[in-house]
Amino acid sequence: MINEQKKKRLRRSMMFLNGQKPSLIKDPYIYKADSLMFDLEDAVAVTAKDTARFSLFHALTTIDYRGAERVVRINGLDSDLWKEDIRCVVAADAELIRIPKCENKEMVQEVEAEVAKAEKEFGKEEGSVLIMAALESAKGVLNAYEVCTASPRMIGIALSGGDYTKDLQTRITGTGVELMGGRQQMIIAARAAGVQCFDTVWTDLDNMEGFRRDVQMIHDMGFDGKSCINPRQIDIVHEIFTPVKKDIIFAEKVIREIDTKKAQGIGVFTVDGKMIDIAFYDGAKRTIMMAKAAGVYEGDL
Amino acid sequence: MKNAVGREIPEEILKLTGKDVYRGSHYFDGKEFKKDGPVTKPVINSNGSKLVDSIHDVLVKCGIKDGMRLGFHHHFRTGDKVLNMVMEEVHKMGIKNITLCASSLGKQNDPILPMIEDGTITNIESSGVRGSIGTAISEGKLQGLAIMRSHGGRVRAIETGEAHVDISFIGAPTSDEYGNLNANGGKANCGVLSYSAVDAQFADKVVAVTDTLVPFPNLPAQITQTYVDYVVVVDQIGDPSKIATGAAKPTTDQRKLLMAKYCTDFVVQTPYFKEGFSYQTGVGGASIASTLYLAEIMREKNIHMGFGVGGIAKPMCDLLDEGLIYKLVDTQDFDEPSIENIQRNPNHFYITGGEYANPFNKGAYVNKLDFVILAALEVDTHFNCNVVVGSDGVITGAQGGHPDTAAGAKCTIVIAPIMQGRMPTICSDVTTVTTPGEDVDVVVTDYGIAINPRRQDLIEATKDAKLPLKTIEELRDIAYSITGEPERVQFSDRVVGIIEARDGTIMDVVRQIKDFEFKDE
Repeated sequence: MINEQKKKRLRRSMMFLNGQKPSLIKDPYIYKADSLMFDLEDAVAVTAKDTARFSLFHALTTIDYRGAERVVRINGLDSDLWKEDIRCVVAADAELIRIPKCENKEMVQEVEAEVAKAEKEFGKEEGSVLIMAALESAKGVLNAYEVCTASPRMIGIALSGGDYTKDLQTRITGTGVELMGGRQQMIIAARAAGVQCFDTVWTDLDNMEGFRRDVQMIHDMGFDGKSCINPRQIDIVHEIFTPVKKDIIFAEKVIREIDTKKAQGIGVFTVDGKMIDIAFYDGAKRTIMMAKAAGVYEGDL
Repeated sequence: MKNAVGREIPEEILKLTGKDVYRGSHYFDGKEFKKDGPVTKPVINSNGSKLVDSIHDVLVKCGIKDGMRLGFHHHFRTGDKVLNMVMEEVHKMGIKNITLCASSLGKQNDPILPMIEDGTITNIESSGVRGSIGTAISEGKLQGLAIMRSHGGRVRAIETGEAHVDISFIGAPTSDEYGNLNANGGKANCGVLSYSAVDAQFADKVVAVTDTLVPFPNLPAQITQTYVDYVVVVDQIGDPSKIATGAAKPTTDQRKLLMAKYCTDFVVQTPYFKEGFSYQTGVGGASIASTLYLAEIMREKNIHMGFGVGGIAKPMCDLLDEGLIYKLVDTQDFDEPSIENIQRNPNHFYITGGEYANPFNKGAYVNKLDFVILAALEVDTHFNCNVVVGSDGVITGAQGGHPDTAAGAKCTIVIAPIMQGRMPTICSDVTTVTTPGEDVDVVVTDYGIAINPRRQDLIEATKDAKLPLKTIEELRDIAYSITGEPERVQFSDRVVGIIEARDGTIMDVVRQIKDFEFKDE
């Protein structure tokens, strides 16, 4: 059984960690990212794939990650490593697998089949491990909707900006102009499919102002969260992706008013001078849900 | 006999040293005593110079003999050349049974190791010891005892006569021929001579060792001619590159930054954080980062620090220059910018080690501290700290001003990660107690903040601030859940060192290490 609650959990920040480095995987939860993404792919040297997988298995089975979601980026489907990666991840009870360089639904389904096989092998409940896909090419971005809808295990898609811009024959400029179409395409596809959408990393660690602008932009576009490469990025992401008090209070009013006005047969009314109708209900609910998930909600809705 | 922190102090050590067990941080408050005084050889003639040709000649003039106590300061830190130079000469002269009374010792003093082994040096009194001398003491190579004293405790011991210094050697960046000494203006500058001020006043013989002789009078002088017997000019008193490093880059270690943030978040919630507050911090990455975070809030809220104390590094000087700190009182300089700053900024003041931290004078600066931010090798669930003995049982650190500032400050904060490498830092019982838990108010870790239950006022003041508050037991349990509960280090029976409380009583003893023996299963 796939747990819908788990699929939709809060994922404002997803922190990349080199699965090969014990110092990084021993207690990264102290920085309070929503999800921790242990990398077996690019961060791990070709000669260290086995040891990384081995140490990650033991980390995942012995360390209490204190509520942080444990995501593992497996090696690419063009390698001879990914199937063993999946066995490791499933056996160690990680919550989520990230498929790199995903381009179409067949790739998702290939992974899904291996995951199901491993779940059976290790006596895990079917559907316990979820899947997300990183889109890293023009083809992947164009096929975003079919990737999103490829499996009931899919929780969402993530943009991988470095490879994607290479494929576009441009580069990361810091302005976001080169990612504009891809981001827009992905968020539309994800929403159409009812899954989440995550943005690419920001690698210029010294430019925190640029990072903040970037996060604000993807938040305003509708993304669910941002991949992070350094703990110092997490606070900014959380700040932008956590509803502020003003928004929470407004959302509370909207929900309460709609509930009471509906009972009175009134469809349109105003809250704090703004016209409100039933179309605002889901958005307000979502604000409260986000506030609760982020631990900042003190009301009783 | 058990002391106030629950440590068993062996009777034979009490008998041997004539000391009492530690009875509490304020036990001697207001108790009168009479100070010791030095044997003084007056200079009434007008012959002028106090210059002596060599270290050897000055030792002869001072009447060096077996069993004497020799004083040294550590302002030249790892660049110090004076202590080794003097001891080498003492060694050559065949003198034995020396008590080395240094404000601190470090790895720069490794060359004196053979003198410990051959009985030239049989007792060591120091803030602590790093490097192979620490290992040698822990291995039982010192014939007598190593007494670890805080900076304030050393001044007290000398002033009371408990540690009567026969000859003190003061490495001085500049001196004139009559013994006016300054820490600046020479080839190897150290900013201040704070820890040697007590030596100047209380040692029978005071020898200035300099490599920069300047015309008389060398003013302003931190130590004046009225205290100095002889002046010796040598080639080099210190290696400037090791005395003060360039300004350390602010840390990018995320764990340290996280702890620094927690620390600052706590500080600003306390009632002491207000216009004119006072503050001391160390030079570790987390301490400096927390100072930088605090400065942001000071700017935002227009709150100024009345005075900053202590070992000084660039970040504090920058805040002084900016006007966010009104005055700095300085006992040691850790980097070039702070040495430069004390010569330039009129609000950056030299104070003596006694003014800084001596518990047995009429009020030290530490008593006026609101906050002190400290580090520790271990902190236990009684809030006792250990800053001297490593978790492996080997002497590897120094008390410095840790117990002094902890006792004095209204809010003593210790920053430490809950584990270092594979060792839990937060534990049930520290290997050795150096600072008593009664003086430690808050422990800031990467896993949260614990407030000492003695400080209900601080618990009350911060309870609504959404800080990651935990009990110290919770922090220990987290540490143990990750590292496992370590077995106690195994020591042999012989006591090799004493952790002296700042009032001269015994806080704890350090025993000789022995190889770990596994239990038969």
